[in-house]
Amino acid sequence: MAQPLRIVVAKPGLDGHDRGAKVVARTLRDAGHEVIYTGLRRTAQQIVETVRDEDARFLGLSSLSGAHSHLFPKVCELLVNEGLEDVIVFGGGIIPHEDRPELFSAGIKAIFGPGTPTSEILEFIQHANGMNDAGVGQGNDWHWESKA
Amino acid sequence: MQDEVARALNGERRALARVLSAIENGTFTLDDAGITSVIKTDKSTWNTMAITGAPGVGKSVLVDALMTQWAKQGHQLALLAVDPSSPRTGGALLGDRVRMTSVDDPEIKDLVYVRSIATRAASGSVPLIVEDMASFLHACGWNRVLIETVGSGQSELRCAAVADRIIVVEGPARGDGIQAEKAGLLELADAVLVNKADLDGAQKHASELQESFNLGQREAPPVLLTSGLHGIGIDAASDLLLQLEASGRATRARMRERLLASHERRLVTHPSYNECLDLLTKGTIDIENALTILLGDNDERSS
Repeated sequence: MAQPLRIVVAKPGLDGHDRGAKVVARTLRDAGHEVIYTGLRRTAQQIVETVRDEDARFLGLSSLSGAHSHLFPKVCELLVNEGLEDVIVFGGGIIPHEDRPELFSAGIKAIFGPGTPTSEILEFIQHANGMNDAGVGQGNDWHWESKA
Repeated sequence: MQDEVARALNGERRALARVLSAIENGTFTLDDAGITSVIKTDKSTWNTMAITGAPGVGKSVLVDALMTQWAKQGHQLALLAVDPSSPRTGGALLGDRVRMTSVDDPEIKDLVYVRSIATRAASGSVPLIVEDMASFLHACGWNRVLIETVGSGQSELRCAAVADRIIVVEGPARGDGIQAEKAGLLELADAVLVNKADLDGAQKHASELQESFNLGQREAPPVLLTSGLHGIGIDAASDLLLQLEASGRATRARMRERLLASHERRLVTHPSYNECLDLLTKGTIDIENALTILLGDNDERSS
């Protein structure tokens, strides 16, 4: 049987809303993955150290505070600095469409907004896991086009 | 993998995390690296300590408080925190980190390693593979390995298989004095911590436990009041636990749990295990058929 994927779900910054993160964590759990939830208000450094120590293949970032344009690229940068360039990063929350290109160019492979069917997140995970260069620092400029 | 092992032994945490995954997934064994088991045979000091007790008694917060204390004294500590896998999908939500502050404290974070583990196919509160993961951590310089079990009740003793010491965490208002008299996990405890000491009923529960232990023939394990959240009793508990000698209560139970866990691991890692479960679910084979398939002719069951 295939080994479950290890996925960190994290809430960076000063943002106390975690319903979305919990829904995603539950979806991934129910799909047979092992989800490590960090809890609220983590710094970029703390998140990267968690991904490192937990040997996660994926990192999901959730933000509803409006600070995504600062925090998400910061996490990506630190991941690469720590030698974790093969970790696949996706994000979600309230992320306006005009902010997304910048996040994709920082190495994030998918952004899921409100209304995304949970099945789409699983499709993304499966697709990206099958690639060998979808990691945050592996230089592939592909990203998942989300409908929501 | 040998390169990764060398880097892990050299203190690189990314490599350590990778090797632990390989051990957990069964793609790398300690024999490959020539590393021996971490389990101690002498009683004076310990390498691995299990922290067990019912869900919600405060194990994670208490472990975090103890780790903070020990790391500040210069000890290098690893925590293997176990949470259950779904019996339906195999997935897991590993949430013990949510309550951990020691891993984020810049002063001590280099001395603390936390790894979340799902039970996967294993039954019981700790999968046996945790012993191998602890042994590798120990070889990498993480001298004290704590194992936080799945929240478990009265008779779950599997942690005895993987730990030199067993610490049972209790809470206030956990039933009347008769609960303290019941047989089970408490009999194996090297120490009992009654946590949430700030709440009503903690002192009473601690007294009842103490009284119950004193009725027995053996030397009673220490019973301490703590609050991981408010820092009550943490100084005393951390000093006591660090020096804690084995009570010898769990010696035979440890062997029994190791035997049972090893037998179970042989079953659940058999290539036909999932197929057998499918066939059992459909009703095309019965339990005896499944045992014959999985254990083969080597199984000498008494008739």
